[in-house]
Amino acid sequence: MWVLLAVVVVVVGFALKLNSMLVVTAAGIVAGLIAGLSPVAIVEAFGSGFAGSRSVTVFVVVLPVIGLIERHGLQEQARTLIAKLRGLTTGRLLASYLLIRQVTAALGMTSIGGPAQAVRPIVAPMAEAAAEREHGPLTEQMREKTRSYAASADTVGVFFGEDIFVAVGSILLITGFVDATYGLTLDTLQVALWAIPTAICAFLIHGYRMLRFDRQLARMAAAGGAIDGKAALR
Amino acid sequence: MIKLEWVLWLVAALFLANAVIRLTDSTDRKHVGGAAFWAVLAFTFAYGGQVKKTGASAFVEGIAVLALAVLAGVGFPGKGTRELVTDDEKVAGARRFGNKLFLPALLIPIIAVIFGSALSKVHIGKQLLLEDSSATIIGLGVASVVALFVAMVLFKVKSPATPFRESDRLLGHIGWAAILPQYLATLGILFTAAGVGKAVGKITGSVLPKHFLLAAVIVYCLGMLVFTVIMGNAFAAFPVMTAAVGWPILVQQYHGHPAPIFAIGMLAGFCGTLITPMAANFNLVPAALLELKDQYGPIKAQLPTAIPLWICNVALMYFLCFSR
Repeated sequence: MWVLLAVVVVVVGFALKLNSMLVVTAAGIVAGLIAGLSPVAIVEAFGSGFAGSRSVTVFVVVLPVIGLIERHGLQEQARTLIAKLRGLTTGRLLASYLLIRQVTAALGMTSIGGPAQAVRPIVAPMAEAAAEREHGPLTEQMREKTRSYAASADTVGVFFGEDIFVAVGSILLITGFVDATYGLTLDTLQVALWAIPTAICAFLIHGYRMLRFDRQLARMAAAGGAIDGKAALR
Repeated sequence: MIKLEWVLWLVAALFLANAVIRLTDSTDRKHVGGAAFWAVLAFTFAYGGQVKKTGASAFVEGIAVLALAVLAGVGFPGKGTRELVTDDEKVAGARRFGNKLFLPALLIPIIAVIFGSALSKVHIGKQLLLEDSSATIIGLGVASVVALFVAMVLFKVKSPATPFRESDRLLGHIGWAAILPQYLATLGILFTAAGVGKAVGKITGSVLPKHFLLAAVIVYCLGMLVFTVIMGNAFAAFPVMTAAVGWPILVQQYHGHPAPIFAIGMLAGFCGTLITPMAANFNLVPAALLELKDQYGPIKAQLPTAIPLWICNVALMYFLCFSR
């Protein structure tokens, strides 16, 4: 049971908002010591673990090109485009993106979207532009919320879309683990099909919240306007 | 065969370029420490391949990895290059290039998908063209290079240093959060070795009431949620909770249908992924990329969805997975 101390380190560290890298490193060392690993073995575990998970950081290769197109006005163009699409509010835009993300992920196209490739350069600026068109200049709170919601549409979409696709990691993990441990022969397609009801629930719940976000923005704009006299005069 | 390792070398080169840019930036007060951070990171990416393939010392890699944590802990790296062009210049760019600006951005997913779907099955002789199960990541690497080339031609960018200054600007916003997911993956390995999973399994096993199906369903789904929040990963929670509750109780004792129980159980875990900072690549990295003041902004946006969705999963499992 002492191993749960390592979990406590993580929870307390994040709660105190200490530097996450140090929290995680400390928790890893605690876990290793409780497991009876030698200091050398713990350092080696950090080395091989880090080396083995390098592919989660591959998203940085898109940054030079994203930076370059931002430099030439990508976000401004995203705004211009949104200005022409009159009926497209922030909420409707994000709900549509959620649907696109879920459907393409369900077809195995998980690389369409992602925070680096799609949310920062395209989805978030469009969502902000739509909010600006409705409510005028955004307060910091409105901007933060809009960006957070844009990120959430991407994450919820990919999580509850990709499990419908047969050849995705989680489906293979389920069938691999269960078949090897309990001698079953689960059909991956069966497992994938049973992800559909949850995917529909996810779309209804998160999509509804995205649509309702328009009203929340309006409320925030009204509150912000009351505090900031200039905005109220506009 | 095109190997995943080549893309990781590309990442190493990008980090190295970043180190050089930081080192030569005299306006950055933290330029030496910042350059050291990116240079050590470049080393871990290049040398990491040797650790995996040829059994080079994992100890050396480990020292470098811990050095990164120390550098991050004392406040490195600082911000990257400041905005290089004014807002007016960007508006002018948007007016000049119009929707052509979207072309390189859209090329990235299109090429990545072509690699991930069509090219992943192509053989040259007996060998696969792309390293097995890495096709999408390789595609992302190729896509970035192609899109960069197209963008440079399209916008008539003369200096090859420009895109790297821009990536330095973006990496400066992300900082050490860029590699936090890798740290958490490493932590997962140490947690597993230390038996955190077994301890949690034991606790859930002891609190579970007998002969009460709904309670068993709730315990399985709640265990997936809580354990995923702690480990940051539903994949780590799944074997534990399935061995503790899913298989012996839901399938064997209550004769539930395995495929939907396991599928929905995993998705109950995904609800936990939405609300934990431990899932850094889904929650903290987007916050950094979008330059949010509140690093928990995306988690706060996802919490009101995660809870009702988790309840949906409990209900779906209870009503769909057992014959009555």
